[in-house]
Amino acid sequence: MATSVRARNGGSPSPDPPPDAPSARSRRPGDRRPDSGASALRRRLYRWDLKATPYAFIAPFFLTFAAFGLFPLLYTGWLSLHRVELGGEPEWRGLENYTGLADSEFFRNALVNTFTIGVISTVPQLLMALGLAHLLNYRLRGRGFFRVAVLAPYATSIAAATLVFAQLFNTDYGLINSALGLVGFDPVDWESSKWPAQIAISVIVTWRWTGYNALIYLAAMQAVPQDLYEAAALDGASRWRQFLSVTIPSIRPTILFTIIVSTIGATQLFGEPMLYGGSVGISGGSGNQFQTLSLLMYEKGWVTGALGQASAIAWVMLLLLLVGGAQTLVSRANRKKQEG
Amino acid sequence: MRTRFRQTAGRQHHAGPLTYVLLGLAALVSLFPLYWNLVAASHTGERVVTAPAPLLPGPRLLDNLSFAWNQVDMGEALVNTTVVASLVALSTVLFSTLAGFAFAKLPFKGRGALLTLVVATMTIPPQLSVIPLYRIITDLGWVDQLQSVVLPSLVAAFGVFFMRQYLIEALPVELIEAARMDGAHSLRIVWHVVFPVARPAMAVLGMLVFVQAWNDFFWPFIALTPDGNPTLQVALAGLGAGNHSVDQAVVLTGALISTVPLLLVFALLGKHIVGGITAGAVKS
Repeated sequence: MATSVRARNGGSPSPDPPPDAPSARSRRPGDRRPDSGASALRRRLYRWDLKATPYAFIAPFFLTFAAFGLFPLLYTGWLSLHRVELGGEPEWRGLENYTGLADSEFFRNALVNTFTIGVISTVPQLLMALGLAHLLNYRLRGRGFFRVAVLAPYATSIAAATLVFAQLFNTDYGLINSALGLVGFDPVDWESSKWPAQIAISVIVTWRWTGYNALIYLAAMQAVPQDLYEAAALDGASRWRQFLSVTIPSIRPTILFTIIVSTIGATQLFGEPMLYGGSVGISGGSGNQFQTLSLLMYEKGWVTGALGQASAIAWVMLLLLLVGGAQTLVSRANRKKQEG
Repeated sequence: MRTRFRQTAGRQHHAGPLTYVLLGLAALVSLFPLYWNLVAASHTGERVVTAPAPLLPGPRLLDNLSFAWNQVDMGEALVNTTVVASLVALSTVLFSTLAGFAFAKLPFKGRGALLTLVVATMTIPPQLSVIPLYRIITDLGWVDQLQSVVLPSLVAAFGVFFMRQYLIEALPVELIEAARMDGAHSLRIVWHVVFPVARPAMAVLGMLVFVQAWNDFFWPFIALTPDGNPTLQVALAGLGAGNHSVDQAVVLTGALISTVPLLLVFALLGKHIVGGITAGAVKS
């Protein structure tokens, strides 16, 4: 990417205006003077066009971001330092909302739940996606069918998927317990037991995203140069060995990309646990057993009406992501240093 | 995009029977919940919640559909969702193409830093903006108005980055320079050079954004209410929380109504969507 940017800068049109082709053609040798005013204006317009247009083209994004991203982000930060109740005047609290969170059992519970559900839903998901991509990378009959089939869950909304899975996971009549019964297991309480409920929610996330990630990996795998495999095969590496020593290292940037995207998604998890919990969804189950940070934030903001506390939770989510991101960058830099 | 796919696909090993078994299993797991959604929507509510749950379609699909359509207003939600997703997709594609073009091909001060900023905004969770935004739309009286879910989504960082990655390879600088030599101003260049070149990527981005907007949940759930002027997802949330005290067959019929239009789009255009997802990822 870096090289292409440099190349483009070198090849970009020079800042000097090119000869005004159309007017030059119409110009006759005798009347240079009356035209020069118009051509100066044209040249100025041209220069202005070159200078201002890029900013005009990126303006819609930055204006939208300023209005609906940056301003609310800062405002949320300001609110997080206040005690705010719906309809009331904000009252300065300093960092009390944050220190309050540190003492809150509900917050700690939600933080841990977000982490555990995040791990249970992301790790198997990405591992299965890798395997699936490897399989899809073979020369296949019905290739198009398999690709579209594994992508179908991605077309299903959070709400629809969760409502269907809530039935499949129902403790009394759900098909999953029936299937477990066939192989001799006792029915599992997928709703009020903590770990089964978190696993069920993770299954919904995994179901929706595995195929999507597999297709991303597949594309990266197909860009791996064939001679790497040929060299490995000449060295007597088995197919499995090739997968580990050629495929995985070659697509490492893509793997990192999917890890980042899934981690961001896991931090924000909201719809799946909320709808899975039905009428007690916002509290994350009757005993908060699967309440995530997002759900707690929503509960504080829209049920309790404590907007300051809700804002503090939102900011903690961002800080967690930033700390995680910084850590990733540092450890990558360290590894690069060790390698090179 | 397609040719690249073809070139590289030919060299692969042939799949053995085990590969087909595993892929068949993956396809089954992917498709079964959707099939069962159809099954559940074709039975009575009592039948759906009686063990063992049904595995084959029943006779009640049309009754459930008409009930969901008339009593729960899924029809209105379907129209709302179509309007929102279409507007968001159109505007995101337009603005992302302009910005992507500028980032890919137009020299300007601060380009690198601004592009980094665009990418960085993708990491900000929507949770950080919903509280102020909710206050604003409450003040404006926009709760349950569709513009409150359309406006924040007019353009997306992902789209800008996607179009930039495409145009950086697909659009030769010579084309732009030639147009400038002919005295074309930037808007003419966009119309006559950039749009024709970008069209395949614009189509793919449009589909991806449409799917995303169709399925968007968190902010619509806050800005719209299930009993007011909901999108499909918000209406489904209302059904799931028991707002209408309808039976499970009707709830799942609602889920079916929200899913089928997108599944049809995928069945028709799936190949292009797959190509888009993979193309966008390889280049990133």
